[in-house]
Amino acid sequence: MQPKPAEEIACCEPSYGPQSSPYERSGYRLCLFVEDFVQTPVRPVPKVKTDLSSIDIFGTIKTRLNISRMNYKVAPGLYCVGNPNPKSPVLVTANYKLTFDVLRKQLSGLDVWILVLDTQGINVWCSAGKRIFSTEEVVRSVRHSCLDQVVAHRKLILPQLSATGVSAQQVKKGCGFEVVWGPVRANDIKPFLDNGMKAEPEMRQVTFSFRERVVLIPVELTQILKPLLWLIVIAFLLSGIGWDVFSIKAAWLRGLMLIAAAVTGIISGAVLAPAFLPWIPTRTFALKGGITGLITGAGIVWLLWEKLDGWGALGLIFCTLAISSYMAMNFTGSTPFTSMSGVEKEMRKAIPLQMIAGLMAVVVWVGSAFAR
Amino acid sequence: MKDFRYLSGVSTLKLDDASCVGCGMCEIVCPHRVMTVENHKAKVVDHDGCMECGACATNCPSNAIAVTPGVGCAAAIISTWLKGKEASSCSGVKCC
Repeated sequence: MQPKPAEEIACCEPSYGPQSSPYERSGYRLCLFVEDFVQTPVRPVPKVKTDLSSIDIFGTIKTRLNISRMNYKVAPGLYCVGNPNPKSPVLVTANYKLTFDVLRKQLSGLDVWILVLDTQGINVWCSAGKRIFSTEEVVRSVRHSCLDQVVAHRKLILPQLSATGVSAQQVKKGCGFEVVWGPVRANDIKPFLDNGMKAEPEMRQVTFSFRERVVLIPVELTQILKPLLWLIVIAFLLSGIGWDVFSIKAAWLRGLMLIAAAVTGIISGAVLAPAFLPWIPTRTFALKGGITGLITGAGIVWLLWEKLDGWGALGLIFCTLAISSYMAMNFTGSTPFTSMSGVEKEMRKAIPLQMIAGLMAVVVWVGSAFAR
Repeated sequence: MKDFRYLSGVSTLKLDDASCVGCGMCEIVCPHRVMTVENHKAKVVDHDGCMECGACATNCPSNAIAVTPGVGCAAAIISTWLKGKEASSCSGVKCC
């Protein structure tokens, strides 16, 4: 026998990694938010932490910035918090990780089961609106998780906002479980449970606070990035047109001004209008964006005044106005109070006006180059 | 949500008094407190507060409520106008 080379001994012997957890399975990875497993007659159920780690918070920030937002989900199925027994309540939720994190964060000190549906990574209300969080999905998940063997009672607590997609009666018919409508917000779950599963009237009503509005803004902005690139190209092309047919110098100098007006319009409609929504007069979003667009448009003209003539200033204001109005109108989908009938009515009036304002921006801006 | 009022007189919500059984389910599921139950009958108390989510109609045991459900989202409506209902972005998984 030859002695082993010294290096090989040094690398293999002194330390070992920890032994594999009995819950590890080949081809799977344990989730970091799972702290343990609870034995049930069916199978071990993952017990999740109620505090968020820095990885969870980083994930939330990424999602709020629209980075792989459409694939931020947890595996559907049964989870739990604390040490639940067959009498413990069952909370049903969506498998969007943002939703799952908001829920488990509110459950510290409780012993509950969490049934996560496969809502394709969409939040409760939107997935219910798309009928992904549906009666069928609730029934399927109850059956698939063998919930009737895990709990002795026959009650499911569903988030109130899932009522758009779920019929309580049909769930009862489909799987024998009674639906109890929980509160709208996860932070009301503890008082709801303490109160014998009764929700106070304010727990049943959606809100749209300044904070709730502002967190939505980054996604609004990311959605405009691609159109903005086109806008920039068009702005340079339009701005070069003049008595010399096309001047590169004018395209650059005047183009920058037009782009500044367009970016101002985007900020006005996608940041200012949502942030100050309830304080801007008028009900239609297109008009709200129109108002902020006029104000910010006047602001940008004031800043660039020395480089502009009257026609140029008017062109820039039309540009800011049209874009701001359109962006604000698109925020309707992010709010919890606009109806489809209302938005459709608003759009039928607003879109032609926005198109006219956009056309005026082009005509007046290009025309102003000839007015010199 | 009294700070947030959208357009008046547009909601498609309709309540049929005769078939209402007064179970109160609509009052529970409505996120805008549009309905209340008085004397074993549901009553629409804030018609303009309705956002047509359809939760009440989905959960009404006697089909007393009719509403055309939909999302109040300009992007989704534009997408429906351009591509038709099936192909619109909201029935896929693109924005919300």
